[in-house]
Amino acid sequence: MTSATVWVVVLAASALCFALKLAGHLVPEHWLADERVSRTAALVTAALLAALVTVQTVGDGQALVVDARLPALAVAAVALALRAPFIVVVVLAAVTAAGLRALGWG
Amino acid sequence: MSRPDDVPTPDADAPAALDPAVTDAVEHAVEDEVRAAVRQAVSVSVATGLYGISFGALSVVAGLDLAQTMALSLLLFSGGSQFALIGVVGAGGAPVAAVATAGFLGVRNALYGAQLGPLLALRSWHKVVAAQFTIDESTAVATAQRSRRAVRAGFWWTGIGIFVLWNAMTLAGALAGDALGDPRAWGLDAAAAAAFLGLLWPRLASRAMRATAAAAVVVAAALVPFAPGGVPVLAAAVVAIVIGQVDARRRVRRPTGAEPGVRPGEESR
Repeated sequence: MTSATVWVVVLAASALCFALKLAGHLVPEHWLADERVSRTAALVTAALLAALVTVQTVGDGQALVVDARLPALAVAAVALALRAPFIVVVVLAAVTAAGLRALGWG
Repeated sequence: MSRPDDVPTPDADAPAALDPAVTDAVEHAVEDEVRAAVRQAVSVSVATGLYGISFGALSVVAGLDLAQTMALSLLLFSGGSQFALIGVVGAGGAPVAAVATAGFLGVRNALYGAQLGPLLALRSWHKVVAAQFTIDESTAVATAQRSRRAVRAGFWWTGIGIFVLWNAMTLAGALAGDALGDPRAWGLDAAAAAAFLGLLWPRLASRAMRATAAAAVVVAAALVPFAPGGVPVLAAAVVAIVIGQVDARRRVRRPTGAEPGVRPGEESR
């Protein structure tokens, strides 16, 4: 993407996301109170995040690769299971991947 | 979170004929709750704000410049959507895919707004301001309070606190990211994956959520080699919508099979 294209993406996404936030505050409550709507929205959010984890962990352009990111993600999962704070989880993952690469793997 | 009995009663609703000592005690209890809400808001703001540093660094690494990175934190201001957008841009995805992924992840904020509306009971132009601060954390803190004053304190302190710190830390991260050189040597790519996992983790409480997340992992991984950047993630959203419809139909058929409900929010970024 050219810089101008990135600007269009940034501003369009910002406008879209603000419109969504505002819509929630303005619509009559019962519109979104339908349980099926809120359940599906929760499922969509979980699916998007799971897909983003996947692509960010094993994706390399159009290829699937196993490298230092996978053990780093495992460390993050253990930290999350132990209820570590968010920032600790992120830092542990970075340190794991950086350490493995410094040792010459991944 | 959306139980109707959660709607706080306005402070003015206290019966006028109440014993002054009782009124005093109620007022003290509300004061205490407001103070507790503010404390909670501050700790959530600090934890989330710090994390903005990784967003700033990853954004410049993904190829956005400083101004674009700051525009995202100032204008878009929703962690999941911001990370998703720079992920698609960094992977060389199509512009439409980048906007769509950010938008899909922003849909939950609309549900938060609908939930917050009656709790905050704001005047119309205040709603426009409140909209920008409607994110996971401000909703979680606000909806955890009982009195309206505490709901409002929790919402504004968390929303504005995170906004200020998130933007300051984004700036710091973007400046540092420029100086870092190869982001892989610092494990920043793994940090991004861990960040998404951290956002996902609190949502995996129910079986339906875990099943959907597992399906999303399989679909996304299967599509990476064949589909252009951004598409594997959007395909996972489609899978979730299908699962949502099937699940709803199944629940209609067997209404007694009550499963722990999937509730939006209730987590941290």
